[in-house]
Amino acid sequence: MNKKMVLACIDGSALSDAVCDYAAWIAERIDVPLKLLHTIDHHHETAATTDLSGNLGVNSRDHLLEEMSDLEHVKSKARIRLGKSILQEASDRVIEMGISTSINCLQHGSLVESLTEFEDDISIFVLGARGKIHEDQSNQIGAKLEAMIRSLHRPILVANQAFKTPRRIMIAYDGGEAAENAVDMVADSPLYKGLVCHLVCVDKKGVAENLLDKAAHRLGAAGGIDVVSAHLQGKVEHKLCEYQLSHHIDVTIMGAFSHTRLHDLLVGSFTVKMLLNTKTPLLLLRSKDSIIYES
Amino acid sequence: MLLLSRKQDWLGNICGDILAGLVVALALIPEAIAFSIIAGVDPKVGLYASFCIAVVTAFVGGRPGMISAATGAMALLMVTLVKEHGLQYLFATTLLTGGIQIVAGYLKLGSLMRFVSRSVITGFVNALAILIFMAQLPELTHVTWQVYAMTLGGLAIIYLFPYFPVVGKSIPSPLMCIIALTAIALTLNLDIRTVGDMGDLPDTLPIFLWPDVPMTLATLTIILPYAIPLAVVGLLESLMTATIIDDLTDTDSNKNRECKGQGIANIGSGLLGGMAGCAMIGQSVINIKSGGRGRLSTLLAGTFLLIMIVFLDQWISQIPMAALVAVMIMVSIGTFNWSSIRDLKENPLSSNVVMVMTVIVVVWTHNLALGVFVGVLLASLFFANKISHFMYVDSELDESNDIRTYHVVGQVFFSSADKFVAAFDYKEAVEKIVIDLHRAHFWDITSVSSLDKAVIKLRRQGAEVELIGLNEASSTIIDRFGVHDNPEEIEKMMGGH
Repeated sequence: MNKKMVLACIDGSALSDAVCDYAAWIAERIDVPLKLLHTIDHHHETAATTDLSGNLGVNSRDHLLEEMSDLEHVKSKARIRLGKSILQEASDRVIEMGISTSINCLQHGSLVESLTEFEDDISIFVLGARGKIHEDQSNQIGAKLEAMIRSLHRPILVANQAFKTPRRIMIAYDGGEAAENAVDMVADSPLYKGLVCHLVCVDKKGVAENLLDKAAHRLGAAGGIDVVSAHLQGKVEHKLCEYQLSHHIDVTIMGAFSHTRLHDLLVGSFTVKMLLNTKTPLLLLRSKDSIIYES
Repeated sequence: MLLLSRKQDWLGNICGDILAGLVVALALIPEAIAFSIIAGVDPKVGLYASFCIAVVTAFVGGRPGMISAATGAMALLMVTLVKEHGLQYLFATTLLTGGIQIVAGYLKLGSLMRFVSRSVITGFVNALAILIFMAQLPELTHVTWQVYAMTLGGLAIIYLFPYFPVVGKSIPSPLMCIIALTAIALTLNLDIRTVGDMGDLPDTLPIFLWPDVPMTLATLTIILPYAIPLAVVGLLESLMTATIIDDLTDTDSNKNRECKGQGIANIGSGLLGGMAGCAMIGQSVINIKSGGRGRLSTLLAGTFLLIMIVFLDQWISQIPMAALVAVMIMVSIGTFNWSSIRDLKENPLSSNVVMVMTVIVVVWTHNLALGVFVGVLLASLFFANKISHFMYVDSELDESNDIRTYHVVGQVFFSSADKFVAAFDYKEAVEKIVIDLHRAHFWDITSVSSLDKAVIKLRRQGAEVELIGLNEASSTIIDRFGVHDNPEEIEKMMGGH
């Protein structure tokens, strides 16, 4: 079987550099190939030309088709050129980071479609928290980020700031299925060897200590990881973000969107709140994630 | 989930959809009135229908950006119904048409469109254009010279106005034509026919009404013969238009949803005092050209239409018929596939015959469903005939053993069966005859019985007949193609041919 890859989604926006760096860091540590993906979304639902003359002449259908396809041909060509240069830049960057070679991939269509298509060959996705549209608004997350995370079933690293080599990671631990997965993943993967891992549990009065002990034991048994446990009280997303700052956490690992859409619609999604508030990149795990980082 | 739409289908193109919706609404008014006149009903029937169908298909249609409303193709099928049984029966027929279309949608009959070849579609479109043009002729016969002058002037405005700098591309030229001709008719006080002369215009919002017909079997026998061709033509034109929009915008549509959506829209139209309708090729192209892409454009086209007809009814009744005729001639010119005439020289004769016969049958019967039926039938026959050439039988004689071996290669079916039987030499006196069917395909019962016939004939001449490869040859006779739909099976079956 081929090695599963790290996939970095590059769109040429401000966060693309960070995406490259994190992807390169992971690919190097777990020794798998790195794939760089840029998609050209054509947005056919939006009209490119407007002619309000409202009449129909001889063969106007053919003329219209010709006109529209010519226009799109030129536009697409330009976007392919741009896409290639974005990928080239990214590729140069990861090679500088010490990756021997990257697989560059340029695709037409929406990013979600491409990601779902590649999913089987990927061990981890690396995305930016914001794309081109919200580039300057650091309090916003990308328009399609939630849809993307929901449609994927592999770990997703959401980069939201310039790369900082991770030394201290934090697992937002609530004893749920995704959280258990996170603990297993950290214990088993070579990626986290030599790092300090903070196990943080918020609320869960009474059972928290027990849960934390079990998880800490699991991590400790794996070896190579320093475990720090913490039990906090308060509003979950605020407490976690405060903890990120006070303990200089570099990456936060948590389960994502494990509730139904209806639940999220009514009480708001915890994952979205975290995406909006987090001070560190988030490594999100969907609850259906199976064995991760197999290579 | 008919109402489940993607967000970008509604909000992906707000600005373009608003402008295009306005342009389309303006263009829908003359068409809805003209098609009402074709059907022989008051203009308000067509206008209410157009409003209702456009608004409903915006929500439940399968092709964002396509415009559905009262159409000429449908109007032509209602003429005798309205004349003989009246308006209430038209409403009842409209409901039944919608019902049939919904059933067709659930039965996924939209996929039957694949049997309608390119030539039939071209024939359909050309016939439609000719019919729309012919429907204008009553307005152009036995009239004063002023009407001709007005119509020509109107056409000139429609085609030349877009060349004006700045305003040309921002004001729809059919609208300019209508405004200019109405102004001329009013100032010169010309004595020519106006829309007001053609019947009632809407003055209120449409109201819900159940058709006033007896719910009996007798009613059904009246309306069913109209509802079936209406349902068929409506679906044909809608699916055809959807394909055109798919090609223009390089996006996909949901054909079965479109069938159901048209059905729901027609039921709505029937309940609001409208006639049956379907997608409009010309209007949909105008919508795309004007920058419309999403469902919003269709919704707004219907909404603007209703607002305009309710508030401007006094003005609309003043529009001279000549202006409508000019607009409809434009629609007819725009609908006709002119390159199909140029291509007549290059296309194979069989394709041309299919196209021209479709046109002739439609123009003759005013029934697009019949035309398509004839076209599809002809195309299938031509195809069967073509394939029947792909069969030959050769043979060799083993003189020492007195054995004649026939090798059958190719397609044996109803059209090539006679040729197959005739390929054997029944005069030759040999001990044994071997028929090798390894490379033959038997497609139907006719081919099997023709094989029986040949074998019996040969046996009667005293020869021992041996068939080899019969199982392989007749594997194609099975109707269940699901098993064979994978490449290896097809390769195994058709290998060597």
